[in-house]
Amino acid sequence: MLLGVSAIVFLMITLTPGDPVEIMLADQRATPEQVAALRRDLGLDRPLVERFLVFLGNALRGDFGISFFHRRPVWDVIAERLPATIELTLFSLLVAVLVAIPLGVIAAVKRDTWLDRALSAASLFGVSLPGFWFGILLILLFAVELRLLPVGGRIGFGFDVLRITGFLLVDTLLAGDIAALRNVLTHLMLPAITLGLPTAALLARVIRSSMAEVLASDYVLFAEAKGLPRRRVLLLHALKNALIPTVTVTAIETGQLLGGNMIVETVFGWPGLGRLVVESIFARNYPLVQAAVLLYAVTYVMLNFAADLLYTALNPKVRL
Amino acid sequence: MTMAEPLLAVRGLRTVFPTRRGLLAACDGVDLQLAAGEALGVVGESGSGKSVTFLSVLGLIRPPGRIDAGEILFEGRNLIRLPAAALRTLRGRAMALAMQDSLSALNPALTIGTQIVETILAHGLARSRAAARDRAVELLHCVGIPSPDRRLNDYPHQFSGGMRQRAMIAIALAAEPKLLVADEPTTALDVTIRAQVLDLIDRLRRERGLAVALITHDLGVVAERCDRVMVMYAGQVVEEGPTAEVIARPRHPYTRGLLASLPSLEDPDRPIDAIPGQVPDLTHVDAGCRFRNRCPLAVELCMQPVELRALGANRLSRCIRAEAVA
Repeated sequence: MLLGVSAIVFLMITLTPGDPVEIMLADQRATPEQVAALRRDLGLDRPLVERFLVFLGNALRGDFGISFFHRRPVWDVIAERLPATIELTLFSLLVAVLVAIPLGVIAAVKRDTWLDRALSAASLFGVSLPGFWFGILLILLFAVELRLLPVGGRIGFGFDVLRITGFLLVDTLLAGDIAALRNVLTHLMLPAITLGLPTAALLARVIRSSMAEVLASDYVLFAEAKGLPRRRVLLLHALKNALIPTVTVTAIETGQLLGGNMIVETVFGWPGLGRLVVESIFARNYPLVQAAVLLYAVTYVMLNFAADLLYTALNPKVRL
Repeated sequence: MTMAEPLLAVRGLRTVFPTRRGLLAACDGVDLQLAAGEALGVVGESGSGKSVTFLSVLGLIRPPGRIDAGEILFEGRNLIRLPAAALRTLRGRAMALAMQDSLSALNPALTIGTQIVETILAHGLARSRAAARDRAVELLHCVGIPSPDRRLNDYPHQFSGGMRQRAMIAIALAAEPKLLVADEPTTALDVTIRAQVLDLIDRLRRERGLAVALITHDLGVVAERCDRVMVMYAGQVVEEGPTAEVIARPRHPYTRGLLASLPSLEDPDRPIDAIPGQVPDLTHVDAGCRFRNRCPLAVELCMQPVELRALGANRLSRCIRAEAVA
């Protein structure tokens, strides 16, 4: 599968019109000799098939080549940007889950009431929100008008935090710098909401329907017949079972979040992998795009695997 | 409460469900009484209102269904007027439910132990989790589950069908209720295990004075285990009386039809007499006899409203021609 992904990405990016060398030398009035030299230097004068085989051979050894732009190994550039993206993705997922579970449960419990219908309408709206537009709207409201939250970036100027893990939430904690931690959180807020809300809307719909199904089950009736407090019936007996089918959807949605990152990171000037990929596509920075897409594919597969593991952990029937 | 007062008395109970075609009264004017230590068999085909009647008693009718009329007196207290929280403390503690299929009645994601312990703790019957656990072991032992200490950590699917059914009854009885509503507790079981489960219920009835409402469509089980039987048809009680008498001399054509539709052990070649026709649409019923369109004894007068009436000391029938049923 990964081979297929590599081949498709390789073809798509190299066959896209545009020449990395011309982009790189655009402002520099380079002579044709200089252009040819750079092209030879980057290996772009070779035939397509040879370039693909070389890429594959190197990739198998874990070598993804040199970024045309940064003049450094692609992997180093990606590794530098990765923590920012992971941090944003996980935080968005947290936002999504924290919003989706209560809304889904409420909608299921109040099924077919005005509240349920209002939540359904809201979630349809949420699912169809275009990220770039919603992000800009949030910036205009909270950052420009109300001046409550920063416009973009990961951390404000004037905070100097030693980067140990690259995850600023962790690094500020390690440094014991609470002010910086709060600053990082305020920066995370808007992009995480932009990224997490459509996911929350989708998850809420999934939770609502699986919760509604569980609420009609015999074991919920039996739990009520035992005289258990309603909270326990809903949040333990019903929710535990309702979350099992939700896990798979959540894992797949996390993969979607990685894709959504590209737009949100660009809107919020977030120095993560998503923005790097967008920039690299515009610059026809072939090696970086290839490596990044391969990384996305691997992550996607791993997420699905994680979903299966989690499914097993939640569902005693699958346990071996 | 005087000695004569029954544990449970239901009068004029009507439970309705809104449907597309109109209001459906799943049980309509049901009267019944049940004393401590008594076993009442409740017989009727699917949709006759037997389960709805007792789910109403337990306060477990799910919206949009609702109790429309009548009273449910439990130890003299009208449960219909009780606030939800008060009713909840009665559920499990005063009256309990055992269901047909223990695999679907027990929560697949929680261990048997958790499901017993939570019931004991919810009714404040143990001071600590450890004490509740000890009680749970005792309960499982009492219903005949081997090495109960270890089985507490099992999930329902790890139990065999018969054991699971007994475990479910143990859970239902964890808070020592006075009334057990057993809704087809043995339908899904094979014959030997059925006997085990029914023996267990019988024993608890004798030892603790547990009142049992045994909902079933198996007349054989009723004949064997119940003092009294109540036959329901289309949301109404059509006949009631001591089990042996009702089976020997039915006083309602529907009861007679039910008995005739049983296969006979003595004469296996006797053809089974199914009752012809169908149950009326419960969203559109008139005041007349609900069985008349299927009844071999029906006459013009059956269109008139018909009440449950006494026949002798302890028999009741909702048939104007009860004396003609043979």
